[in-house]
Amino acid sequence: MEREYLLHRLHEYLAPEWVPGWFLVLGATLIGVGLVIGLVTFVGLFSIWLERKVSGHIQCRYGPMYAGGWHGWAQTIADGVKLLLKEDLIPKTADKPLFVLAPAIVLGSVFGALAALPLSYDFYFGWLDLGLFMILAMSSTTTIGVVMAGWASGSKWSLYGAMREAAQVVAYEIPFGIALLVPLMTLGTFSLVEASAAQSGWFGMKWAIFQNPFCIPALVIFFTAALAETKRAPFDLPEAESELVAGFMTEYSGIRWSFFFLEEYAAMFLMSAVTAVFFLGGFETPITAASRAALGQSHLVTQLVCAVTLVTKAFFGVFVMMWVRWTLPRIRIDQVMTMGYKYLTPLSLLCVLGAGLWETIFR
Amino acid sequence: MTDTAHKGSIQLSEESRVLPSGEREFMMDVSTADLEVNMGPQHPATHGVMRVLIRTDGELVTGAQPHLGYLHRCAEKIGESVEWLQYLPYTDRYDYLSAMNNNLGYSLAVEALMSVEIPRRATMLRTICAELNRIASHLIAFGTYGLDIGAFTPFFYAFREREWIQSLFEKICGARLTYSYIRIGGVFNDAPPGWLKEIAHFCDVFEEKWKEYYTLLIENHIFVQRTANVGVVPREMAFDFGLTGPMLRGSGVDFDLRRDLPYMIYGEIWDAGAFRIPVARGEKGTLGDCWDRTWVRVVEMMESLGIVRWCLDAIEDGPVIGEIPKVIKVPAGEAYVGIENPRGELGHYVVSDGGKVATRCRVRGPSFTNLAVLEDLLPGTLLADSIAIIGSIDIVVGETDR
Repeated sequence: MEREYLLHRLHEYLAPEWVPGWFLVLGATLIGVGLVIGLVTFVGLFSIWLERKVSGHIQCRYGPMYAGGWHGWAQTIADGVKLLLKEDLIPKTADKPLFVLAPAIVLGSVFGALAALPLSYDFYFGWLDLGLFMILAMSSTTTIGVVMAGWASGSKWSLYGAMREAAQVVAYEIPFGIALLVPLMTLGTFSLVEASAAQSGWFGMKWAIFQNPFCIPALVIFFTAALAETKRAPFDLPEAESELVAGFMTEYSGIRWSFFFLEEYAAMFLMSAVTAVFFLGGFETPITAASRAALGQSHLVTQLVCAVTLVTKAFFGVFVMMWVRWTLPRIRIDQVMTMGYKYLTPLSLLCVLGAGLWETIFR
Repeated sequence: MTDTAHKGSIQLSEESRVLPSGEREFMMDVSTADLEVNMGPQHPATHGVMRVLIRTDGELVTGAQPHLGYLHRCAEKIGESVEWLQYLPYTDRYDYLSAMNNNLGYSLAVEALMSVEIPRRATMLRTICAELNRIASHLIAFGTYGLDIGAFTPFFYAFREREWIQSLFEKICGARLTYSYIRIGGVFNDAPPGWLKEIAHFCDVFEEKWKEYYTLLIENHIFVQRTANVGVVPREMAFDFGLTGPMLRGSGVDFDLRRDLPYMIYGEIWDAGAFRIPVARGEKGTLGDCWDRTWVRVVEMMESLGIVRWCLDAIEDGPVIGEIPKVIKVPAGEAYVGIENPRGELGHYVVSDGGKVATRCRVRGPSFTNLAVLEDLLPGTLLADSIAIIGSIDIVVGETDR
């Protein structure tokens, strides 16, 4: 997007015309960075609370009920404060610089990936024509951090976790990427905003999965691979607390450990948001369409509706991930590999073929 | 990084030579060594303080050596030092998940030496408690096994019902884990009013809940994939290691002490057809795999329920403890009584010289014997399988160490 357009939008939303442009850009960048950090923190804290409530209710418990009053809403904040105040432990056998660096890489990559996530047609932190590439690249970087953490911990259990993570991510990056090609073909763009715009017809129901039937198996493959990418059950082998104690996180404690924890939930949100944008209509629902028809595309209310829609869809995906985690047992490492290489990869390739034919014949 | 941290991991040594073309050729000598890992004594999957020294080649386990003794409390020596009745609370503490059965085993062994008549109501109450305790114990086995495989939720479901059983026990004897309820000569006291009705209610509810366990975990596709064909104990191997209980029946051997060497009124109950002996048939994989053992445990819960129901129908009013003096003196002699504990044959061998204290009080624990199979089962499996195998043996460390 052109600089003029950007400045125009900034002036429209943030400040009167007399404020100099450079100040606006700087201010907007700072606000953007703050918003990303705020988003990660909010999403992380809320998801952790949500996970505890969801798991509680699935398991005939209540989950946290005390901290903060209403259904223990402040539980994660209290836990965060506790973790912050804990002693900073680094094991004697650890490789200190790498040990310290690993959580930063893990969390930083998620921040980077979330920066590329637009919240509505106008609320985004940077216009990226290849936004999806940015997200995929940044979210894959977490693997480096995890492997680094496992190696640097100087513990054999951590090493197992790291090796598992590496093997698993290599296996699942392939179907993960290929399955995404299907909606990309349907929507014809890498940009998340444009992908959403391409699904805005049919009164907000022109979702990718309704445009092309091959998007539905692709959605299943993508979501399964996303579970593996985010180390969620039934693919939580890198942590596998009953086998590897806590996998790559075994030696971590306190705030460093909480970084890994926060990353996991932020990554879940990110993957669900990508699923929502490329398969499930992005910002589009009939409500969005109605708001657009009544108030116009760039009206603040429409933009807010878009943001709320996306976050809701993403949290639905997060909920499904939690639901799966508290229902299914863990898969063994050879079964993980078999599933990734023997089933998901060929199936995703078939989906691409089918989707391509569909697009050629019916468009 | 220190040497000790990664001893056994890949070591690289680099050599290079210059080729006639001027290029340097590198030769990498990659030597891999096995990684030795201590699983335990503080490990989530060893169900207590047991240590298994595992040698692994990547994810593959190449050798395993269980180390016991972290929870040794000299139970047998204590048995030779305290009076007959005073030893009863110590029996609670070896297999703390089935304390009623331990009480029962010890009481039966001592009673075999004494000429005391056990009232019928006491026997009934003993049977009800022992079988309810078997259900509670199998619930833990099932729940924690799910946890080992990575399924959290069945654990909470199992604990929900176990909690109920525990509160029922609390009503009858005041304790939730270490009951000391079944004692020499009968039981500690009679059931409180309405207790038997509550048991009947529990049985009805449990039958419904049990179906949930079966569909949620036992027939779960991932669970079957994880446990079928894993840790296979063939029939002969089961005999060789002297396995008992669900481990033996999981290998397809139809043997249960309650039927084959009946004690108390189990012979009568068997004749009445109130329970069957579930024997694994290798439904989902090879006969004697982890799935078979878990299946046996889960099905046994329902059979125990049948026994409890039969007792509830047949129980009559009467005294609950025989003529037992304040200070028990056991006539000289020796006796061995083995009972079907949830984990297998729990044997008590007691020797008396006619005094107030036992001369010898030997315990044959099923967990200890069953655990021996581990060393043969683990090599050649994956690390995750080894957890599944340890879990399927269902040990209680309190009893392996005593």
